[in-house]
Amino acid sequence: MKKLVKHRVFWPAAALVALLAVNAIARPAFLSITVQDGELYGSLISLLRNSAPLMLVALGMTIVIATRGIDLSVGAMMAVSGAVALTIIAESATPEAPEVIALAIGAGVIVTLIAGAWNGFLVAVLGIQPIIATLVLMLAGRGIALLITNGEITTVNSAPYKFMSQGYVLGFPFAFFVSIAAIVIVVLVQRRTALGMLTEAVGINPEASRLAGVRSRGIIWGAYAASGLLAGFAGILYSSNIMAADSNAAGNLIELDAILAVVLGGTSLMGGKFSIAGTVIGVFTIQTLKSTIVFLGVPSPVTPVFMAAVVIIVVVVQSPLLRGSALRAVRSVRGATNSNTTEVAK
Amino acid sequence: MPVDNDVAPIIEMRGITIQFPGVKALDGVDFTLWPGEVHSLMGENGAGKSTLIKALTGVYAIDSGTITVAGEPRIFHTTADAQAAGISTVYQEVNLCANLSVGENVMLGHEVRRGGAIDWRATHREAARHLEALGLTVDTRTGLFSHSIAIQQLIAISRAMVTDSTVLILDEPTSSLDRSEVEQLFGVIRELRDRGVAILFVSHFLDQVYEISDRITVLRNGKLVGAYEAALLPRNELISSMIGRELDDLAELSSSAARVIDRSGSPLLKATGLGKKGVLEPADLDIYEGEVVGIAGLLGSGRTELARLIYGADRADSGSIEVHGASARISTPRHAIDRHIVFSSEDRRAEGIVGDLSVAENIVLGIQARRGWLRRVSRTETDAIVKDYIEALGVRPADPDRAVRNLSGGNQQKVLLARWLATAPELIILDEPTRGIDVGAKADIQRKVAELSAKGLSVIFISSEIEEVIRLAQRITVMRDRRKIGELESNGLDVDDVIDYIANEGQENVA
Repeated sequence: MKKLVKHRVFWPAAALVALLAVNAIARPAFLSITVQDGELYGSLISLLRNSAPLMLVALGMTIVIATRGIDLSVGAMMAVSGAVALTIIAESATPEAPEVIALAIGAGVIVTLIAGAWNGFLVAVLGIQPIIATLVLMLAGRGIALLITNGEITTVNSAPYKFMSQGYVLGFPFAFFVSIAAIVIVVLVQRRTALGMLTEAVGINPEASRLAGVRSRGIIWGAYAASGLLAGFAGILYSSNIMAADSNAAGNLIELDAILAVVLGGTSLMGGKFSIAGTVIGVFTIQTLKSTIVFLGVPSPVTPVFMAAVVIIVVVVQSPLLRGSALRAVRSVRGATNSNTTEVAK
Repeated sequence: MPVDNDVAPIIEMRGITIQFPGVKALDGVDFTLWPGEVHSLMGENGAGKSTLIKALTGVYAIDSGTITVAGEPRIFHTTADAQAAGISTVYQEVNLCANLSVGENVMLGHEVRRGGAIDWRATHREAARHLEALGLTVDTRTGLFSHSIAIQQLIAISRAMVTDSTVLILDEPTSSLDRSEVEQLFGVIRELRDRGVAILFVSHFLDQVYEISDRITVLRNGKLVGAYEAALLPRNELISSMIGRELDDLAELSSSAARVIDRSGSPLLKATGLGKKGVLEPADLDIYEGEVVGIAGLLGSGRTELARLIYGADRADSGSIEVHGASARISTPRHAIDRHIVFSSEDRRAEGIVGDLSVAENIVLGIQARRGWLRRVSRTETDAIVKDYIEALGVRPADPDRAVRNLSGGNQQKVLLARWLATAPELIILDEPTRGIDVGAKADIQRKVAELSAKGLSVIFISSEIEEVIRLAQRITVMRDRRKIGELESNGLDVDDVIDYIANEGQENVA
């Protein structure tokens, strides 16, 4: 039990469970799952589907943050990949053809892979501060997306493309499987090879790593490229959901949600040790919170305030320092009551 | 200039003690500074020089003792308190605003005002006056960044004079200056001294200390060794008062100085004229298989710089390196590692350990970095390597999963040694591997070095403790003031021979 409490994802997981419990009590329908034509429906299932874009972006963000960096351009890159993919489909004579869909997706994510590599080049080779380096594409990316779509919101009709966000496989949303695949691949690449350990070493102590012979330049470069690639896939999912390339709305402010998910998952913004499991939990926490806000009918202008309040509570619960003093306070109160009872007993 | 003892001291520090967690940084230190003198503060790493300066400038609060400035007892809570008392500091890295003009920097906070607005013309005129007083003619409207470090340093000094400082602290002001720039700085220092300013000077360059100082105070391990008239203190006495004498029980470890090295073939490594402008004058060094070459010299003598150039941690701008008789380009640590040359830095915390990673991860990091990320050192392989080295080197606690930052300095050093030995190197460069660690760990490391070199590993061993260099090395390269001044056979040598050599050899080459 003690070991369980000490595990690094214990408190993030506890926060998520608490949030789910509050929802389950406040609205019993939250837990209900219905089956229609062999497909599952319900709040929890929507949660799995809707969290996919954020999941992909947050996974990439985790790796970047582990190297002491940050990637602000992920939202803009989502807009770019959506714009590229939908433009290809819109201009094709056969928008339903598998090869057109494959080309659209492939082109979309390759463009953001290159964009991510550009970020990596600025940070790893030119030594520009990550927040500035990625700010460039954060601002320019949406402009590029608008250039690609000629300033319009490109809309398409293509059932196979729509399938990615709306379709079902084995009863579960297809997007959920995309999330799972991304998680599995990231975990395999980071933890089955030595990449994870070397990434942490570079994030914890870059100079010691360099003197130990770690090729930190390649590792940092790769982290930004991976973040770009994952953001590209997130953009495909987003555009598939609304079947439109809305360059202004796609991935708007998602970089902040992604950073929040990483932090909620217990990975420090100072870089170094990272937890993929923590990030996954962080993503579900944020997504649950969003659905809670909708359910509670919080007026949309004040949702940020509500979000902020909950985030503060979650972060406080996770902070070892604050948790320690809270526990001490509880104990001293309990101690005081106990001594009172003994006196009464006398 | 002899100190006139009739004049009252400007600064008197008595019984200064500063306690850091687990260590007394300063232990009952007395220090006296007189007006119109240049006073050098000397000591090796960890002696307490910068702590004393920080106590005097209000950066650290003192735990006990008294500070008297011009006869009045003072307690400095902030650096502003110290500045208000007339104590100014010019640091090694100039702390001015590079984006402002020279005049703005000199007069910052003391601009000439007229009716609430700044009168820039008068301000620049005033700045120019202060600069000229130090013999400096620069256009005060040019940007600070457009001037050399030397000029920036002089500008920082004029800025201190604007605030009517009576005490000027110069912390390693000459470390990045060339000879003529040092002359210019010394001219200014003498000028200020003659005006009655008290100057506290810190430098690692012995020649400069003797050239400029009236008096010298020596610290060692947080304690005062003594205060001396510079003219009456022979160099070798100064050096031996700075370096520590190690404990007798270590002296019983057997010496490997007499071991005969076969130098008939080509050396394992041969560096010729290796240097970097402003860091190290071109130096030669060669080392044969199974040999231990020691580098002796004080802190800042160029011993670390030489090691870093050999390893490619810094890039040399002159000279060449041969490995096994063939020319080798080593400009990054990777190049060195690929040739089985490894380096353990003197700065364990910043350049050695990866604190949050475990002992096991820190040990395999060297091997893993060589293999690249795709070929992971497997769990079983890791366990075997880690277990071997934890046992062989006596790492305590013997827990491979503990974060390395929670280990003591000596055990962290053992982990670093394990990291490099696990890569099966041919040459290992150890920079101060025994600094700040307990006697037991020190003996373990010395024993391991002797044992491995007897088996054919070549070692470059750098240490402030000359005893340990003499005992382990067969040859000693002696460095001073950023150049190699000679080479000694260590068999039959004693510490005083080396100290005399550092103090007296090769001086004629210095202007």
